[in-house]
Amino acid sequence: MSTLATSNQHANSQVAQVGWNREQMAHRCAQDIEEGSYVNLGIGIPEKVAQYVPDGREVIYHTENGLLGMGNSPSADELDPDLINAGKKPVTAIPGAAYFHHGDSFAMIRGNHIDVCVLGAMQVSEKGDLANWSTGAADAIPAVGGAMDLVAGVKTIYIITQHTTKTGDAKILAECSFPLTGQKVVNRIYTDLCVIDVTNKGLALIELAPGISFDYVQARTGVELLNATEQLDAKGFDNSSVNSSREVQS
Amino acid sequence: MINKIVASCATAVANIKDGDTVMIGGFGEAGSPVELIHALIDHGAKNLTVVNNNTGSGRVGLAALIENGQVAKMICSYPRTANSLVFPELYRSGKIELELVPQGTLAERIRAGGAGIPAFFTKTSVGTPLAEGKEIRNFEGDDYVMERGLKADFALIKAKQADRYGNLTFNKTARNFAPIMAMAATTTLVQTNEMVELGGIDPENVVTPGIFVNSIIEITQPQQESQLVKNGVVYLPIKSQGAKA
Repeated sequence: MSTLATSNQHANSQVAQVGWNREQMAHRCAQDIEEGSYVNLGIGIPEKVAQYVPDGREVIYHTENGLLGMGNSPSADELDPDLINAGKKPVTAIPGAAYFHHGDSFAMIRGNHIDVCVLGAMQVSEKGDLANWSTGAADAIPAVGGAMDLVAGVKTIYIITQHTTKTGDAKILAECSFPLTGQKVVNRIYTDLCVIDVTNKGLALIELAPGISFDYVQARTGVELLNATEQLDAKGFDNSSVNSSREVQS
Repeated sequence: MINKIVASCATAVANIKDGDTVMIGGFGEAGSPVELIHALIDHGAKNLTVVNNNTGSGRVGLAALIENGQVAKMICSYPRTANSLVFPELYRSGKIELELVPQGTLAERIRAGGAGIPAFFTKTSVGTPLAEGKEIRNFEGDDYVMERGLKADFALIKAKQADRYGNLTFNKTARNFAPIMAMAATTTLVQTNEMVELGGIDPENVVTPGIFVNSIIEITQPQQESQLVKNGVVYLPIKSQGAKA
């Protein structure tokens, strides 16, 4: 797979608002959360996914600080500083919830018991490498939290991210330049422009946001994409070649 | 008669020595044993290695312990948080050491330490800067990095209920690291919101069995870190308090 030299800054500067907004990205991702899943949502846009899971699907949310069955934000009289999520925001516990200590919580993650994790990204590579914890800048305070555990242990990793940086640089690349969170861990990427599957043959664009063309996405991507939109729609895509963190050797 | 109840926080922390490793429970403010930390500030032990998921907020609790110059090294997963003021400045000026550990690896290192396991292998951090210099071994086709169990001289934790044997329950997500830290420390000091009689906790509901606990102090109205930060409180050591009196 060759790396494309792109001039994204120029291409993006002419466009105000195209593709999916943050809510629509979360909505699109939520359609892929299956009935009965145990799900961990990262901070930011991933948190919004819970709002858009289709009615009738029962999904249990895990937060790594010790709760299965996380509910909505509390009302003023429900608020308890001892009941928070991994982003340290107040939450509630649904009927049927369970509390547990950090050892058990990360056994759920690292022992492959959580079905889906949705995270943000700074960069994603063609092989499904993820960089989302550090730019490697010398003056930064390094902080990793649970990201490396989640990508190493959760069965399916979905990424929600803007397709490019604020300055128009590609975030989907042949290789990540930032320090990695994990190697060959990403399964699917939801951006403001499209949905991309990480496959053993490369990055397969399976769905475009309304009004977006394959060429438009390709011009903003740092690696050559496979166009899988014509032969296969999202639901009919042949997942047999989709990268699985359980099967791919590092 | 076994009675692990002590008279004051100062008595509880009196044996912490310069250079000790101290695990402090809490995830952000949830489960942070604020009164025990403040007693450790008054006590004054220096050159400590502190294990906590974060580095405190504002200028109270763990952040105040760091600001008071008592912590030489932090072992944590996420040293940046909202209202995290003290640690970033000391870290950038090279006055405090940081060992950054993925959160699950931190939890597993503590659990392993408490269970007598000196090292283990995990997939977490393979291929990242946090695995550099560590042994990598392949099991059944996948690479794993070796991580060491982590023990401590003391653990400071907060419980919801305790009895005089040291059996503990916790409140919601304030449980977090406390049960595994209690296992990994030679001496575990507990502040509890409520003391109950023996049998007051159903044995089926004991989260931390008393064997992992050494000293208990009842603090019925613990200070809440976020409230202190919101009120602009700065914790300053009381030098004449405790064992010297």
